[in-house]
Amino acid sequence: MGNVIKVGMADLNVCVSPDSITTLGLGSCVGIAIRDPVTKIGGLAHVMLPDSTTIRNNTNIPKFADTGIEELVKRVVAKGANRGRLVAKIAGGAQMFAFQSKNDMVRVGERNVEAAKRKLAQLRIPVLAQDTGKNYGRTVIFYPETGDYVIRAVGKPENII
Amino acid sequence: MGGITLEEMSDEYFDVLKELGNIGAGNATTALSQMMQCKVDMSVPQVKLIEFKELGQLMGGEEIIMAGIYLAIEGDVAGSIMFLLEKQAARHLVNKLMGTSVEGEEFSEMEFSALKEVGNIITAAYLNSLASLTNLALHPSVPDLTVDMAGAILSVPAIEFGALGDKMLLIQTQFFDDMVLDGYFILVPNLDSYGKILSALGLV
Repeated sequence: MGNVIKVGMADLNVCVSPDSITTLGLGSCVGIAIRDPVTKIGGLAHVMLPDSTTIRNNTNIPKFADTGIEELVKRVVAKGANRGRLVAKIAGGAQMFAFQSKNDMVRVGERNVEAAKRKLAQLRIPVLAQDTGKNYGRTVIFYPETGDYVIRAVGKPENII
Repeated sequence: MGGITLEEMSDEYFDVLKELGNIGAGNATTALSQMMQCKVDMSVPQVKLIEFKELGQLMGGEEIIMAGIYLAIEGDVAGSIMFLLEKQAARHLVNKLMGTSVEGEEFSEMEFSALKEVGNIITAAYLNSLASLTNLALHPSVPDLTVDMAGAILSVPAIEFGALGDKMLLIQTQFFDDMVLDGYFILVPNLDSYGKILSALGLV
């Protein structure tokens, strides 16, 4: 067993097998895991918002799906992953509260998932699996060795995608 | 006057927000005490400006199970407010309120709605004090409650703050009756709201 690297909110990091990478308590945020199955180099980004271009204060790169995924790809490639072999899995994007608000922040989980998929499609990185939406939080652990993306939620059985 | 962000705020303004947090939490404590029909004490609230990355650790880890009550604010100032309570403390409050001594992990539908009411009363007391101090109209929406991991619950206000900057304003209060209850308030005003609050107080 390798080390477990922790990624915080609005944060990203890379890891090489046998190490794994985790982020705890994803709510409306989305956890995007990518890896190169041959070199077994992977990475995880915990993004909060869909689009950096609509926000004035946008210098925090890992905060946004668009800039965060771009940076994540750059970082795994720099670590030795092959750009053309990258595959992705995504989790999170829940709607934690049901109340109706006038602003579109309510659907932010869903919009984060859409934005992540859009960015990955644009970069031609296939999304192999996803566990997204619903109304509960998720803790995720990604193993670049196997590509397993383990998802834990309160009062639910562990899900491996 | 608008668009004052937390990052750009001077110490003087920040102290004012701290004081508002103090008074709001004090009012919430009084409301809690009336509802529970017993004496509830409160520690001096700690008001902190924290980075998203530090959020989880602050409450004892992202995976700590908490009850979070969240509601929108409309009126002169728009935004939202959240009240968080550790699950055990929530259980204690519900038992006290309903005169039961359940120890279970899950909340029944009845207990869930009692908890929602606790949150409603606490947040309303908080908002009322803010409204009367500033003379601003603040109308809370119907609250929603969820019991889940702290990180997941906090992602909601964090995302709202995230649209403005990289930090959020957290007010931590300890309540005591016969046990210590750690409570957290998070007030998320919209972009121009800090400016409105400060100018309503005659500061800008």
